Amino acid sequence: MSALLQYLVSGIAVGCGFALLASGLVTIHRVTRVVNFAQGMFAVVGGMTAGSLLSAGLPPGAAEAAAVAVAGGAGLAVGVVATGRRGTSPQSALIVTLGLGFLAYAAEIMIWGDNPRSYPGLGGAVTVFGAHVQKQSFLVIGVTAVVFALLAVFFGRSYAGKALSACASNPYAARTMGIDPLRMGLVAFALGGALGGLAGVLLTPLQPISYNSDVLLITNGFAAAVLGGLNRPAVALAGALTLGVAESLVAGYGEASYQTVVALALMLAIMMVRASRRTALQEEAAR
Amino acid sequence: MTTLLEVGSVGRAFGGVYAVRDVAMAVAEGETRAVIGPNGAGKSTLFNLISGHLAPDHGTLRYGTRRIDRLPPHARARLGIAIVFQGARLFHGMTALENVMVGAHARTRHGFLSATLRLPAHRREEAEIRADALAALDRVGLRDWAHRSADVLPLGQQRSLQVARALCARPRLLLLDEPASGLRAGEREALAQLVEGLRAEGLTMMLVEHDVAFVARLADRVSVLDLGRLIAEGTPEQIRDDPAVIAAYLGEEAA
Repeated sequence: MSALLQYLVSGIAVGCGFALLASGLVTIHRVTRVVNFAQGMFAVVGGMTAGSLLSAGLPPGAAEAAAVAVAGGAGLAVGVVATGRRGTSPQSALIVTLGLGFLAYAAEIMIWGDNPRSYPGLGGAVTVFGAHVQKQSFLVIGVTAVVFALLAVFFGRSYAGKALSACASNPYAARTMGIDPLRMGLVAFALGGALGGLAGVLLTPLQPISYNSDVLLITNGFAAAVLGGLNRPAVALAGALTLGVAESLVAGYGEASYQTVVALALMLAIMMVRASRRTALQEEAAR
Repeated sequence: MTTLLEVGSVGRAFGGVYAVRDVAMAVAEGETRAVIGPNGAGKSTLFNLISGHLAPDHGTLRYGTRRIDRLPPHARARLGIAIVFQGARLFHGMTALENVMVGAHARTRHGFLSATLRLPAHRREEAEIRADALAALDRVGLRDWAHRSADVLPLGQQRSLQVARALCARPRLLLLDEPASGLRAGEREALAQLVEGLRAEGLTMMLVEHDVAFVARLADRVSVLDLGRLIAEGTPEQIRDDPAVIAAYLGEEAA
């Protein structure tokens, strides 16, 4: 019983990390219609930067915040390269983000080497109903809850959020309203980068991160985001939590190395289900 | 009378074929200008050149005292040029009210942070825009639809919603591309009254329209395009008797 609870909580915490990454994907896709395959890189950059800054002596908290800002900058840079030229199609931009993701491997290895890194985060653990749970898990869950609440308010209720959504819905008409889709897209990329960085900063203490950790993160984040048609943060959150818990249970009761296989299988299943429905992209084409 | 928009012999070709060729016209402040012509005359292309969705191959556009022919559409929108498209170009997944509120974007100053944290300044601005948007909806007769999804509106109402969205931007120049097409008689009359009201308020408008009675009733002046060229310009009465116009519409033999 206590083992199950332990797996559940750590699964939810890891799922929250996936959800943060997915929310970045969703934010960028909602505004630009670009599926950003460099999203996992933001988490790696965030986690690695936080680790470096902490070992350089920056106080905990400030180091993590700075790392999130750096990841936001990385997001902005990816946005500029992928969408900076007016008239770039979302499909072309997708390929550019994929290329940038691989390019980032080289940069990351040059800066941080190829060994997994970690740092303590919110150290220590508490015992709840006999289950041994890391305090960091609760931090991840709490921060994710706050971030998703803010995103829901921003996109759902504020007209600034509506203006961002308008870019994705009909960029042609959006420009007529004085909205510059290019600028809004860059704002979304910066926000997406910061969200990805936040995922990395929060997850690194739970599971050490290395340059190629982005594969596991993007696989899970993408699967979660696709579940919501890449447009609905709330559905992405639910999907990410499901994936996190399922993988935690597999790792706990089965074999840890099956984790990625489970993620990939679930992603395939989700995509097959989604493909049979009308996606936002198809609706756009049908108009 | 001061000139608001001056089109200086603009041209735009698609694959070697001119859609608009050396068209020059001046629209005065407060004027309602109709642009008519047979299918393929270049009316919609001209509107897209003015709104900035198409760049001219040559020629100039002057708006007030500014050259605008190199400005992107969003920059022209911020100068007060609004366009209502012929097809429904609405924002999907939003209510009618939200669609209209986006129209006010050109005149808002909001930050991400203030929007997310719902700071007082942002709330105030949002409340003002909401009130403006409701007034615009009221004006086009869509007040009752405010909180319904824009996607479920019938075609005629989608056009009206676009008009409301354009009005919420408080434009100085309003471009209406075939606003009455596909509307039923009652809806056309409502639209005509709306345009008359805007005209009385002194809003400068340009409209592409096929319905001659509609044009004669609403327009101060009429510009006639045929095969991308401006072939006549004058009051509705002058245009009605112009031999070149009659020839363009009915074929050479009738002239």
